[in-house]
Formats: sequence, structure tokens, C-alpha cells
Amino acid sequence: MSDLLRLATAGSVDDGKSTLVGRLLYDTKSVLADTLDAVHRASADRGLATPDLSLLVDGLRSEREQGITIDVAYRYFATPKRSFVLADTPGHVQYTRNTVTGASTAQLAVLLVDARKGVIEQTRRHAAVLALLGVPRLVLAVNKIDLVDYDEVTFSRIAKEFTAHATALGYTEDAVVEIPVSALAGDNVVDKSANTPWYSGPTLLEHLENVPVEPDPHDAPFRFPVQYVIRPRTAEHLDYRGYAGLIAAGTVKPGDEIVVLPSGRRSTVTKIDTADGELTEAAAGQSVTLLLADDIDISRGDLISVAGNEPTVTDELDATLCWLAEKPLRPGARVLVKHGTRTVQAMVTDLRDRFDEQNLSSVDSPSSLELNEIGRVALRLAEPVPLDDYSFSRRTGSFLVIDASDGSTLAAGLVGAPLPLLEDGVESCTGGGVNATPDTHALVSPGP
Amino acid sequence: MTLALDTLGRLESEAIHIFREVAGEFDRPVILFSGGKDSTLLLHLAIKAFYPAPVPFPLLHVDTGHNFDEVIEFRDRVVAQHGLRLEVAKVQDWIDDGRLEERPDGTRNPLQTVPLLDSITQHKYDAVFGGGRRDEERARAKERIFSLRTAFGQWDPKRQRPELWNLYNGRHRAGEHVRVFPLSNWTELDVWNYIEREGIELPDIYYSHQRDVFLRDGMWLAEGPWGTARDGETLLRKTVRYRTVGDGSCTGAVESDAADIHAVIAEVSASRLTERGATRADDRLSEAAMEDRKREGYF
Repeated sequence: MSDLLRLATAGSVDDGKSTLVGRLLYDTKSVLADTLDAVHRASADRGLATPDLSLLVDGLRSEREQGITIDVAYRYFATPKRSFVLADTPGHVQYTRNTVTGASTAQLAVLLVDARKGVIEQTRRHAAVLALLGVPRLVLAVNKIDLVDYDEVTFSRIAKEFTAHATALGYTEDAVVEIPVSALAGDNVVDKSANTPWYSGPTLLEHLENVPVEPDPHDAPFRFPVQYVIRPRTAEHLDYRGYAGLIAAGTVKPGDEIVVLPSGRRSTVTKIDTADGELTEAAAGQSVTLLLADDIDISRGDLISVAGNEPTVTDELDATLCWLAEKPLRPGARVLVKHGTRTVQAMVTDLRDRFDEQNLSSVDSPSSLELNEIGRVALRLAEPVPLDDYSFSRRTGSFLVIDASDGSTLAAGLVGAPLPLLEDGVESCTGGGVNATPDTHALVSPGP
Repeated sequence: MTLALDTLGRLESEAIHIFREVAGEFDRPVILFSGGKDSTLLLHLAIKAFYPAPVPFPLLHVDTGHNFDEVIEFRDRVVAQHGLRLEVAKVQDWIDDGRLEERPDGTRNPLQTVPLLDSITQHKYDAVFGGGRRDEERARAKERIFSLRTAFGQWDPKRQRPELWNLYNGRHRAGEHVRVFPLSNWTELDVWNYIEREGIELPDIYYSHQRDVFLRDGMWLAEGPWGTARDGETLLRKTVRYRTVGDGSCTGAVESDAADIHAVIAEVSASRLTERGATRADDRLSEAAMEDRKREGYF
């Protein structure tokens, strides 16, 4: 079992995310005494009777002033079973882009709802973003269960409604778990609550410790974006020419036949080098240096792939964008696309549709894509690039859209249409989307 | 042979990936290097990232002048051993020519910001590697791995770029630079476990030794060029070690018998205090002390 779980939190503002994260840190004894003292002091200064655990994570001055989370905070905690990297993401609609950020590397997401409000617009939006980005597993934490008097019927109703939505997004039932919690009182976060005798499932922490983690995509075909060419030019290593990178998918062994893309030149791996010595095999997630049999022209931005199972090399693609900028996207926009280690000029030739995450349908040919909106576009690239579908490879199917003038990141890009867009709404979830069926859709292997 | 990486293997691979991205995309990167444990770890990872070629970046030390001799000796030895180039920006020079003023409390940690930004401008550094970790402090927990700074070196937490997958956006305009934090996802315990696994040498002051210290604001401070015990404070010989190393005037030692790496790991695992809380007076200034310094351009 993996010793590391990357997770993200999501939910609407005031659902108590920071308090829940604070509770996890507090109850796993991950908070050290001086930090806790500071929280006790600050809580007392604010006139609070009990420590406000959200102060453990809301690190910025304006966050504490407004009592909300603005930016993704990364937290680290460990139990004897596992280490956790937790991306705590804000709930305000204008900060949905941070949910996208947290979800892009998460293996599991904890989505919070307020038991008094149930599944709301923001819950559906976040679930759609999590499904789109291929987060393999979800937990619905039905928070503030104490404020509905630990009512089983309320919990079951919310759980049922959420399961229906998640299933429509393509999640299987065993990938989604609902837990009644009170972050404030601590019910079912770390310790089992006596107030919910009707609930027989795991506490949140028990679930996080035991949930299966999808392994790195070792079974996938080999993909290796070249980051840097290592040429020492020293007497000892006069002819050394190594291609440095992080293996995005699959495994590699000396003797493997490879293709360099986009040029299409072929060679054989002669050596896998690291500072700790040569390796006989290496796999997804490892940073290595490859040496090849032939002296061919390879530079940063090229992709080394296994021969025989290669990505498509193309200068035209259909993609799904999560638009993250204030400035809207309009057809004809000129942007930069960063894919793997290559950045190319691009033009958005068509806005095909905008995804309506409320009823899982699409709106054809919108005039623009606004902040936090998700849509499918057609892109033309200035030069051909080797692309995998996002649903096939989270690492080589993703890209950034960058503003060429000020360098800001405009969108998260996913090759293809990882979400099944359901023409007729939720009921038709088994009827197949525009170009995906539920069993082949986006729930792919996690990133690093 | 199992191909699955353990936690330290993942952290190492991620850091190496970050170093190589910067080497591929920036013109004039520099590594902040003080000889402390985080920057020593940073350098170790940089060496591994470009092996067998030399590290393609120079080093920069912003020197407060309030140093521990053992650390400066170690710094110079490591630089010579690996044939690296070290640039030193001395806070004292800035004080001497009037660009900076000594603070009433004598602490020089906050004074490092101006020499750092001046050096970045002078040498046109476009990427600056720091050893900051997100587990150190609440404001640091919100820091990106690639963190854009304005021409004035300022950090605006509300305008941070979303950081997606492992695709880093290092684009910046002339005069702006990017701070890069390859150790973002490491915890203090990860750092020590990795130092043990790799057999990385550190300055001796990280391990227990005898030192004359005095108690101020609940911290054991050493005497040095920055001053000694004041009235009412008594100089005592204690067995101590340092968990962090910074400006001598505000870096406290902790009482410890941990004389080797194994003992240090046992001590860190059992500690109920964060390393900054235990040993840094400058972080105690206010609830948002670190955020304020980061906004101004601090490491």
C-alpha cells in the first residue's frame, strides 16, 4: 500500500473546510505546541470561548480578517499508516480556479457540504471540476451534522442526491463515500461519534488511511518529456550526452526501442543514468537521464516515446479548457500552450460549447468563456506537438494556456473531452455522452 | 525490484524535476546558499539533478555578518569542493554606505531583503532558488513552487498563478523574477530523514555541543559579534544544538543531547515545537510576521 496520499478539499464558503482541516491536524496531533499556543492566543484576542481551528490554516492577514480562505494552502500530516499532502482550497466562486489547482494532482478529494443546506450549486460545480480533472476518488463530508441534531434522514437524503450527481459524472459507487461529520465538535473526523449510532462507516481519517491509492501509470506506454540535455564536456565524460526528464508514464529498460517526437527519429535506450548509478529499469514518477545508441538531434521540448505505441503528433486539437482568468476567452484568441516541456504559439479557432455543470449538459457555440467556466474548444498550434488524450494520460494529456503578453496562466487545458457531456441531462448517464461512454471516461491514474 | 518510489524518493524526484525545469527555461538562475541545512540540501539535489555535469548556477549568500564561524567555514569548504561560484552580499556593506540602517534591536534578519533585491537587480538573476518549505509557517503554506515577484521583489498572495499538474509557468517580464522552492513539499522530518539516507554533511552546530548561552525571550542565544548577555541575563555553559541557522542575534539554540543524525531524527520526531517557533525570534514579531516580510521581498 502506498505510503503517501495527495488529497484536496473543496466545498462552498462557510462549509467549514478550514475548520475540518484544522480538526484533522489537531486530532492527529500534527499541530505542534507553539502553533497551538498562537491559535489559542489569537482566538482569545477575538473573544472566542474555544480555539478557532480554522486559524491553523488561514495563513494570510486578509483571510483572518475576513474569516475566509483565499488561496490554496498545503498541509502535511502523517499517521503511522500514511503521509498526507493536503491542498486546502477556497470555496468562494471567484476562487474556483484554486480548486482546479488542488484537484490537478489529487488522488482523492474531500468535498464538504453544510448539512443544513445539502447539495448546492457550488457542490455540483466542484464535483464536476473534480471529475473533469480525473480525481479518482471522492469523499462527501456532510458537515455541521450537529446543527441538524445528528438526523439520519437528512444525511441519507443528501448522500443519495450527491451519489446520483457523482454517478452521472462517471464515478462508480465504490469511488464515492459519504460521511456525517462535525468539524467543530469532532464527530467522525478522527474519532467515531457516539452521536451518530446509525452510521456504521469509517471516520474520515480511517477512510483516508485505508482507501486504495491508484498507482503511478506504470502499465501505460512509456512517455518521457525531455527537460534538459546534460553534456558535461569534461575529460572524464567527453562524449556524454544524456536526456534528462521525469518519466510521465510507463517504464523503460536499456534496449528499449524509442521514437523521438515530433521528429519521428528512432533509436535505442543504452543506459538509464542517475547520480546514484545506472538503473536496470525505471518507471513513471522517477527523474532519470537517458542515453541513446544514436547521436540524433534532441532538445528540450521533445518527447521520447516507446516505439509502436506513440501519441498523435498534430497541430490541430480539440480540448477542454477550465478558464481561470478574469479576461474572457473569445474565438480567435492568440495564446501560448505549454505542453510537457514545450511551449508553442496557438490560436483558439472555435468555441465549440460551454459545459453546464448544474444539469450536466452543454451550451453550443458560446460567444465567450468567462472566469471559472469550462468549455470545449478547437486549437491550432504553430507547430505539431505529440498529444495523448487526457483520459488516457493525465500527465501527457494536460497543458497550460498562457497569456503571451503578460505571462499569466489563463486556463487548465485537457486534451479531448474527459467529461461525458450528457445531452439529455442526468437521467441519461448510461446512454453515453457526446464522445465518451461512462466506463471509458476520465477517471485516470493520478499524477505525482 | 520494486519500481514504486517511497516518500523520500518522490520528494527527491520532484525537486530534481524543478531544478531541470529552471535550467531549461531561465537565463540567469541563482541558488541562495547560506551553509544551513535547507540550502545544503538544496545544493545536494542540484548536484544530483545535473550529474555528471556541474551545477549550471552560481550561489548567492546574503550575509548578515552575524554568523556562526562553523557555518562560514562549512560554506566555503562546500563551495571549493564542488568548484562552485559564490557571490556574497554583505549586509554590513549596505549599512556602511548608508543604504541600510541598523535596527534598534540589533537583529539583522529583516535587513537581508534589500541586499537580496539589490543583488538580484545587479546580476539580473531571473530565477532565485530558496530552501523555503510550506510546513514552516502559515504564510509559506500558501506559496507556489514557482512564485512570481514584481520588479520590486514583492509577493502578492492574491495574484499568485494557479499551479497545475507539474507544469510550471515561469514566464515573467523584464525586471521581474521568479522565486523557486524545490523543497516546498518537504517537512522538517523529511529533510532530516533524507540527510541521513544520503549521508549529507552539515555544519557541526546542528548536533549537540557545549556553548555559552544566555536566556532571552525564552530562547537560548549565543554570544557573538552581535552582543552578549545584558543586565539580568546570565551566561551559562549548556549542551545545545541548533534546529535552524540564521542571524546569530535572533537564532536560538535548543538544549539537546542529540549528537548524531539518528538522535536528531528521534528528537525531531518527538518535538512538540516547530523549528521556527523554537528558534526564531523574528517570526514572533506578529501574527503575520512572515507574510509581511515575504510581501516585501524576503526569502
